[in-house]
Amino acid sequence: MHGRLKVKTSEEQAEAKRLEREQKLKLYLSATQAIFQKRQAGELDESVLELTSQILGANPDFATLWNCRREVLQQLETQKSPEELAALVKAELGFLESCLQVNPKSYGTWHHRCWLLSRLPEPNWARELELCARFLEVDERNFHCWDYRRFVAAQAAVPHTEELAFTDSLITRNFSNYSSWHYRSCLLPQLHLEPDSGPEGRLPEDVLLRELALVQNAFFTDPNDQSAWFYHRWLLGRADPQDALHCLHVSRDEACLSVSFSRPLLVGSGMETLLLMVDGSPLAVEWRTPDGRNRPNRVWLCDLPAASLNDQLPQHTFCVIWMAGDAQKECVLLKGRQEGWCRDLAMDEQLFRCELSVEKSTVLQSELESCKELQELEPENKWCLLTIILLMRALDPLLYEKEMLQYFQTLKAVDPMRAAYLDDLRSKFLLENSVLKMEYAEVRVLHLAHKDLTVLCHLEQLLLVTHLDLSHNRLRALPPALAALRCLEVLQANDNAIESLDGVTNLPRLQELLVCGNRLQQPTALQSLASCPRLVLLNLQGNPLCQAVGISEQLAKLLPSVSSILT
Amino acid sequence: MANNLPSEFDVIVIGTGLPESIIAAACSRSGQRVLHVDSRSYYGGNWASFSFSGLLSWLKEYQESSDTVNESPAWQEQILENEEAIALSRKDRTIQHVEVFCYASQDLHEDVEEAGALQKNHASVTSVNSTVAADSVCLPKEDESLSTVSCEIPAEQTPSSNPESAPEVNDVEAIEEKENDCNDKTCMQATSEKETSENVPTAENTAEQPKKNMITYSQIVKEGRKFNIDLVSKLLYSRGLLIELLIKSNVSRYAEFKNITRILAFREGRVEQVPCSRADVFNSKQLTMVEKRMLMKFLTFCMEYEEHPDEYKAYEEMTFSEYLKTQKLTPNLQHFVLHSIAMTSEATSTTIDGLKATKNFLRCLGRYGNTPFLFPLYGQGELPQCFCRMCAVFGGIYCLHHSVQCLVVDKDSRKCKAIIDQFGQRIISKHFIVEDSYFSENTCSNIQYRQISRAILITDRSVLKTDSDQQISILTVPASEPGTSAVRVIELCSSTMTCMKGTYLVHLTCTSSKTAREDLEPVVQKLFTPYTETEIENEEVEKPRLLWALYFNMRDSSDISRNSYNDLSSNVYICSGPDCGLGNDNAVKQAEALFQQICPNEDFCPPPPNPEDIVLDGDSLQPEPSESSSILPTNSETPKESPYLGNPEEPSE
Repeated sequence: MHGRLKVKTSEEQAEAKRLEREQKLKLYLSATQAIFQKRQAGELDESVLELTSQILGANPDFATLWNCRREVLQQLETQKSPEELAALVKAELGFLESCLQVNPKSYGTWHHRCWLLSRLPEPNWARELELCARFLEVDERNFHCWDYRRFVAAQAAVPHTEELAFTDSLITRNFSNYSSWHYRSCLLPQLHLEPDSGPEGRLPEDVLLRELALVQNAFFTDPNDQSAWFYHRWLLGRADPQDALHCLHVSRDEACLSVSFSRPLLVGSGMETLLLMVDGSPLAVEWRTPDGRNRPNRVWLCDLPAASLNDQLPQHTFCVIWMAGDAQKECVLLKGRQEGWCRDLAMDEQLFRCELSVEKSTVLQSELESCKELQELEPENKWCLLTIILLMRALDPLLYEKEMLQYFQTLKAVDPMRAAYLDDLRSKFLLENSVLKMEYAEVRVLHLAHKDLTVLCHLEQLLLVTHLDLSHNRLRALPPALAALRCLEVLQANDNAIESLDGVTNLPRLQELLVCGNRLQQPTALQSLASCPRLVLLNLQGNPLCQAVGISEQLAKLLPSVSSILT
Repeated sequence: MANNLPSEFDVIVIGTGLPESIIAAACSRSGQRVLHVDSRSYYGGNWASFSFSGLLSWLKEYQESSDTVNESPAWQEQILENEEAIALSRKDRTIQHVEVFCYASQDLHEDVEEAGALQKNHASVTSVNSTVAADSVCLPKEDESLSTVSCEIPAEQTPSSNPESAPEVNDVEAIEEKENDCNDKTCMQATSEKETSENVPTAENTAEQPKKNMITYSQIVKEGRKFNIDLVSKLLYSRGLLIELLIKSNVSRYAEFKNITRILAFREGRVEQVPCSRADVFNSKQLTMVEKRMLMKFLTFCMEYEEHPDEYKAYEEMTFSEYLKTQKLTPNLQHFVLHSIAMTSEATSTTIDGLKATKNFLRCLGRYGNTPFLFPLYGQGELPQCFCRMCAVFGGIYCLHHSVQCLVVDKDSRKCKAIIDQFGQRIISKHFIVEDSYFSENTCSNIQYRQISRAILITDRSVLKTDSDQQISILTVPASEPGTSAVRVIELCSSTMTCMKGTYLVHLTCTSSKTAREDLEPVVQKLFTPYTETEIENEEVEKPRLLWALYFNMRDSSDISRNSYNDLSSNVYICSGPDCGLGNDNAVKQAEALFQQICPNEDFCPPPPNPEDIVLDGDSLQPEPSESSSILPTNSETPKESPYLGNPEEPSE
């Protein structure tokens, strides 16, 4: 019958396939074996290149074979003439490209290309850039290729403007491209390096506005695309705060000096070095963290020898120098005073606005307006809601407090999956606001009752607080960082869901602890209280452990110095 | 030659338009013996594309209104007693009201002829040729982005082409013709410019110079082979039935395609670009932020409108344009959606029509690029030929310029049993597929055909200028008054291989209410201005200038019930000519439906088998698995999808 084609049946096809696979496997195994034998025997010659290329061509993720190839190439470098080497390199580059075509996301292949290119005396960077462009044309989000491009651009010293234009072109094609946005965030600060313009790493306002317009285009087009929101956050964010000592506190009674830092650090030999000068002369002291664990911490303290606290001089001057952080702080303890301190005010330092920058508020204000406009169109967009909250915090945390809480409520409703994260974030912001209010009032008393807090943070800011009220929240623990509250005398934490009191430890001045209506189960949970020397009143009413038989006796035994324990 | 035709087939297809060609390919593919004939000397019927001179000859046919009266034909003697004959039409009546206007200056060389257009010219030129000009006069580089598979492209059809030529032009021949084509041109230049300078290829250079590009009529004629002028103006929806068929059947390997680069709108007397893809909206400078959001939101909704019935149920009785007004869309966005994206009628389309059309548009977006449409390089006329080629590959026999005089019907069974061709040969078959225009007036006496109004323009610049002059655009000009229909404008640039450098080929299409010129001239006047040399000297004209224009009406035989035709045998099937729509779904649907009647239970154009799996007749055993020395996958893998029409949606990251 004319034109009718006869075709193998599916069984015949399957059989042919099976045979082919078997054949392939045999070849693969024998080639692998041959390579390992040669490697062991030190026969690093072209035949190894040939054998490895057979396998890597099909499976470029066989990392050992790439190593093997590098060994061969290094060996050949010493043996071959420049012409022969050039041919070898050319072949290698061609081979690498064919491997990339098989798998454009193979770590091994890209790494081998980096290695090869950095060994060449006169690498052809233009060709490499062209290669990257070609691979990004196929998949504009191939981060392996982006990585390689950054390597090439750095080696070839490609002008930042050209690379920026390249990211432009890819974003224009498809703005859902983390790599491209990220590259922008690396290029822009370098392109606009202005040493005299405020805090480091910030962009000039015109550039910033242009970028904001671009990214707004993206999130108005597709508000569910995260890449644009992340870039937006970077644009409004600011560089890491400079290392600083926030607070220095000396107590005569406890013969103790406490310091709080801008970031957690680990003090000790081989780690960070802190230098203490007392009245102008260095004093060797032992540094420890308040919780006694000596892990990276924002608060460190040391005991002072009696000599440096004697009351004969009109005053003592204490100066702590943080060597690596290139920062220091000084405080004075006057004659007849129990304590002395020196601190930066949270409000001066804009401590809590680290999420978003202190950019000119007009920029932030207009960003806030755009986002609110978008939010009206997309009332359920979580990125938009979150950005609004962050912008409000950056603009004026106290003024927007009420509005912020409403947005948090909406956000929680549209994004229930992240409810716990949002609760924690909200707690953090509320706590920051309370600290600001306390500082405006210039008191050492902090009221945090009835705020729905789920977590405690910024405790290192509370070094000087004497009275803290945490009642009627949703706290589940008093965390170890609470030990930083060196001046705390009264702690109220009634009606929470507290199960552990780990943080109530080594508090030298704590006298009263009120934890009624919580979830303390076992007397052992109170173990840490024994380390608070002045604790006299402990109210445990309404906790499960109060039901236990003979609890009063147990507690009296556990905490002999606490005169009044209410159960 | 005709005597060599076998006297028996399974399927005889009369007419080489798109639906006929698809059926021919499908039947041949599933093992039917196919004879495919066309009375014309070119492929495609009203789906054909022509070079400039080809188009002029085509026009001549219709303008001359050839009154060849046929006296009692000889074939009647062949009809037996128990048979009757249904005569087929001898004259094409599907084209009317042809009007041609030339605006480009015509004064120079009156006798200029299209390079390489005619065989005699070709011969004389090649004799002069030799290799003199070959290297020094370099050909202008074609658009770099084109992938070149020149050997796959069927040779251009010219009226002078061999009437008996089968489509199985082998590759070598095709290449040769291509090369000759090139040589001819260079040679023409070389000879004409001999005295002045050898190194300057004139036509290309002058066309490229911004300085008053004076394109004359003689230049158009001379470069006539650069034109591929479609009689019907259509595009392929990226997820339309035709694309799916091209991919499925692997016919796509015979053609190349370009993405339409932009969608345009005509609003308040201005042409503007319509942002329709996500990237377009992101990059658009004309939309405000809020408009961007509103447009994206609406389009996202349209993508899955069926899942949100409460959003549109209340408006189902309304027109789509009324419905759009109830949405949060600014007037310009409403215009974009109604006319340029849904491309529906303002007055008559319902909400559901509009939503469906919008969804279809969006579904096609992004498959091959930022617009939903593809255009076949070298013109829409390539497509029927691609299917003919597939038919021929599977054994179909082709006869162009071969007319059929009548169908022979058995009086008892009322079945058609044979045809009698122009040479009087009687050819038997089981099934007969006949394109509408082949039926005589007797057969069609009860039918009221609709008409399509067409205009074809050659212009000197784009209707919307941008950085790139290589844009392919589709523009809808809404109906200006009630009762008329919107006009679809498709502007092709030279890289589509349908017009010479420095020009644009513009197709206008609408359903007719009057003659083509009456229907379309108002739109032409809105968008273009006639070419006059004096104007150029003084002012910089904004509108593109018309160099040449053609108007004609074409019969729209789509959607006509089979029952409307008189005296049809049950084994005679009708294919319609081109419809007025933008896509080609109608042709594919027709072809598939007819194929299912002819070959029930057979797969419609299945992919060709893997070459490795083909068992040649006489092979008793399967061939040994080929010993490959390397474990690298060989390149001769399965011919899955052509690189030009694959599925580019790949997961990334």
